[in-house]
Amino acid sequence: MAAQELLRIEGISKRFVKPVDLAGRIANMMGASNREAVVHAVDGVDLSVAEGEVVALVGESGCGKSTLGRVIAGIHEPTEGRVFWRGQDIAMMDSAHRQAFTLGAQMIFQDPMSSLNPRIRAGEIVGEAPRVHGLVDAAGQAEYVATLFRQVGLDPDYRRRFPHQFSGGQRARIGIARALAVKPKLLVCDESVAALDVSIQAQVLNLFMDLREALGLAYVFISHDLGVVRHISDRIFIMYLGRVIESGRTDEIFREPAHPYTRALLDNVPRLDARKRSFSTVKGEIPSPLNPPPGCHFHPRCPLAGPRCAVEAPRRTVLSEGRIVACHLADGGVAAAA
Amino acid sequence: MAEPVLAVDNLATHFFTRDGVVKSVDGVSFTVAPGEVLGLVGESGSGKSVTGFSIMGLIDPPGRIVSGSIRLKGEELVGRTEAEMRAVRGRSLAMIFQDPMMTLNPVLRIDTQMMEAVHAHEKVSEKAARDRAVQALAQVGIPSPEERLSAYPHQFSGGMRQRVAIAIALIHRPALIIADEPTTALDVTIQSQILAEVQKLCAESGTALVWITHDLAVVAGLADRVAVMYAGRIVEQGLVDDVLDRPLHPYTHGLIGSVPGDSMPGKRLMQIPGSTPSLGRLPPGCAFEPRCSRAVETCRAGAPPLAQGSHGRAYRCINPVPAEEAA
Repeated sequence: MAAQELLRIEGISKRFVKPVDLAGRIANMMGASNREAVVHAVDGVDLSVAEGEVVALVGESGCGKSTLGRVIAGIHEPTEGRVFWRGQDIAMMDSAHRQAFTLGAQMIFQDPMSSLNPRIRAGEIVGEAPRVHGLVDAAGQAEYVATLFRQVGLDPDYRRRFPHQFSGGQRARIGIARALAVKPKLLVCDESVAALDVSIQAQVLNLFMDLREALGLAYVFISHDLGVVRHISDRIFIMYLGRVIESGRTDEIFREPAHPYTRALLDNVPRLDARKRSFSTVKGEIPSPLNPPPGCHFHPRCPLAGPRCAVEAPRRTVLSEGRIVACHLADGGVAAAA
Repeated sequence: MAEPVLAVDNLATHFFTRDGVVKSVDGVSFTVAPGEVLGLVGESGSGKSVTGFSIMGLIDPPGRIVSGSIRLKGEELVGRTEAEMRAVRGRSLAMIFQDPMMTLNPVLRIDTQMMEAVHAHEKVSEKAARDRAVQALAQVGIPSPEERLSAYPHQFSGGMRQRVAIAIALIHRPALIIADEPTTALDVTIQSQILAEVQKLCAESGTALVWITHDLAVVAGLADRVAVMYAGRIVEQGLVDDVLDRPLHPYTHGLIGSVPGDSMPGKRLMQIPGSTPSLGRLPPGCAFEPRCSRAVETCRAGAPPLAQGSHGRAYRCINPVPAEEAA
């Protein structure tokens, strides 16, 4: 890859622990055996993003894509593993370099209504962070905010308005302007277009592509919508219950999905050109991440599963340059339990 | 052609608010034949849900149906009293909502709720009602229905809850089901399972379906015919193949172009400028005119008349998209 690496994560795991509550502790004194519940939200993920690249994290609810996105954006500390920003481990950084990372990776959330303070005017929402971080002085703030508003396609006259006075698409644009205000190199977009109407979604996707071109931004694009992902991303990471089960270039994955889950996902996507189709289905539901199945997490739903899948977690197998799949089918077959 | 199950003619549902009259539905007409799936497509505020609620007789003040007719199997529904509507609702007409937690009572067990639905329209024994409930749950693909019957809604996953809601809608084998975005909140694989069940059930029982959604791709896979709504009016309707392959209304054309995935990856999507207008302050002519790239002077003069084509094709546009551009 020619472009310079911007961010790399290695062996990232994130666990959330739900401690035993008071009632449980009292019950334990009486002889019950309540233990703390541990959710492996993200389990040993490696990933890298180059400058100006769009990487997509895809998966269904509970697969850990949002948690991973938050680790990448520096909102969550990983339980295990290391995050490198421009080749430097952020855990080893001094505060000045650390700030370059925290400002350099910005997050855009799904629901602009719950991520914008309803009592603060749009201009202040966008202008606060650059002023606090000394990117702009108080005198230049108004002009700076106006520039950002124009950049995301909002009328600068709307600066005095409150978030509720905007439409859904405009609120999404405010969220984008706020992220852009601190001159980031990487935007982590967590389902940022999922709640928008189709025509507005197209406008915002076009805006993302324009900004990428104009500012050389890299994106980590988190979505459950494979149509959106196919359109916007260079590489895809497909996640299932905390693990990356397949990754590679977008066009390759869409042409030739290697993992049975990827195949099922692609088959299940509603498409404009698939008329009056019979919907093929994957059996069963997504298991609870509190209690994931042993071996390969997907094996209870997998049409091709064999005895080995239930006992042994699949290793990552490199299929070709940059193309990785975690499935026994690509690694010696499903039959023999080792 | 078979007698339609549902015939909506020139329906208008307005809301009389302090800020003026909001014409959520304004002159909507369509029919649904037995066993047919009609996709009612539109963006937020287009009036697609209000159309569904109007058919169900669920419009509360300040809203009311101001004119038009809704005939279910030939019988007029507009103007019926609440008691008369209750006899129809759940029996020959059922609705599935986007959020199953809206339909299910969180403090009652599933069996209580399902048996109540049976008893609402039929005098049968407890045992018979229970059997019907088990049958309905099995029909929508819930494993071990007898055990699941004594669970509470919160013990089900989102997809399972939606299946229960569908099972309740199916209990009396209604002639028509109105489904308001029932799979929007679900994951792709779960959505696909539900769509497969619904498809099978409609084919087996001959139940007609009005599927309200914003997702054109779901309509493409599921529906026989599609009606596209914008600002309270159906701007285009016809067979799915006709409308999606050769859209005539510029709004439909723009909507299809806005769906990512099928157009070239990495290219800019065709976008419709602006956003949906406020229904309280619609432009005098065609409601889409301010956003339309094909607008001409006469578009501002008055609402465009309905143009008819073959196979039930109809559209409201005086300057439709020419064939060479639509492809």
